[in-house]
Amino acid sequence: MAHQIHDLTAPYALDALEVHEREAFEAHLAGCETCRDELEGFWAVTGSLAAAAGGPPPPAELRNRVLREVARERATVVPLRSRLALPAFASVTAVAAVLAVGVAVWAGSLARKLDDARTEAATNGHAVAVLSDPAARSVRLPGVDGRVVVSQTGRAVLVVSGLEAAPAGKTYEVWVVEDGAPAPAGLFSAGGARTVVPITRPVPTGAVVAVTLEDEGGVEVPQGPPVFASPTL
Amino acid sequence: MLRRRDLAHLSDEALLGLVARGRENALAELYDRLGGAAYGLAYRVLRDETLAQDAVQDAFLALWRTAADFVPERARASTWLLTLVHRRAVDVVRREQRRRTEPLESAPEPQTESAADDAWLRLERVRVQEALRQLPDQQREALELAYYGGYTQSELAERLGEPLGTIKSRMFTGLTRLRQLLDDAAEGPWPIRSTT
Repeated sequence: MAHQIHDLTAPYALDALEVHEREAFEAHLAGCETCRDELEGFWAVTGSLAAAAGGPPPPAELRNRVLREVARERATVVPLRSRLALPAFASVTAVAAVLAVGVAVWAGSLARKLDDARTEAATNGHAVAVLSDPAARSVRLPGVDGRVVVSQTGRAVLVVSGLEAAPAGKTYEVWVVEDGAPAPAGLFSAGGARTVVPITRPVPTGAVVAVTLEDEGGVEVPQGPPVFASPTL
Repeated sequence: MLRRRDLAHLSDEALLGLVARGRENALAELYDRLGGAAYGLAYRVLRDETLAQDAVQDAFLALWRTAADFVPERARASTWLLTLVHRRAVDVVRREQRRRTEPLESAPEPQTESAADDAWLRLERVRVQEALRQLPDQQREALELAYYGGYTQSELAERLGEPLGTIKSRMFTGLTRLRQLLDDAAEGPWPIRSTT
């Protein structure tokens, strides 16, 4: 029977199981590393299907409705919730480590805010132009949830999701590498849900886009190992 | 206490950690990031504004109650939320017997606070649609009817007049192929010449 329940990973990821099948599969999943690994990959795909669903934007009042319901729930069941949440303390601790870094960066980046505001309009224009080019190529970055998008004219944008914010005193630096020679192509601090980074120099065919972690302000020659790099573009 | 501006610098997963500790403003920030995608998905499955709003609300409440169970190594926070929305939506669509499988009349534009983000979401949507188009018809049909239509594998077997094993196999092969199509890069070595 075991091989039959393994077969349910794909329909489970698609939510295509009857309730009793779903419960049986979840019981199996708890003890089956193979199925959990496979499911992880399939969930990434169904996540893409979800994001591409293309329904209309939500009505504005839905936000308030959701937050009101949560506040009401909090008022009635907080004591119970807190007790239930305690055994999962390990995962909270892991997230707290990430959080500490995020807050440090926030403090360090206050000084940059004014400049950021001034350059934001230009940044957006560049990124929108590249991302709206129907002939642009979108290439996945190995080892990170992100892509490089290159327009036909070689203008390019880096988009990364879920990348931890650069620690205080550090910055991510983008490089366009041609024939093994890296040229600096922009700085960013990441953090938040998604970072859209315009690449400040053209990316010719055959070049590679790479990112390193450097001292604040950036450098002319990469000092650190790559955090990630694109395949040859 | 973190203010909203501070929260903007945190990853979705870090926000979920705060939600697990009962921070309502972290949930509000997550709604601002993911509420649009959540509602779009719920509407695509349910084709009804009221039911779609209910599904999104239920999913965020479930997130609020169970955030402490989230294991960041296993999936992205966004994937988890959209999984909750999707499961809620298909449960309702099955109960109400109101499946709609024709495509949406016109795909509305995504709307976030950033023009660059909007452009990125549009590009990603086109990329996923393009990848779907490259699948063999029977695999695409199985994925679309299941995921967007809310059909169970048994219902699909009946509707398409195929053995259950065939449907399972189309789902498995379709998802695997779609994953390859969406995941198109090869690992490359660090390209910078050593300058010692």
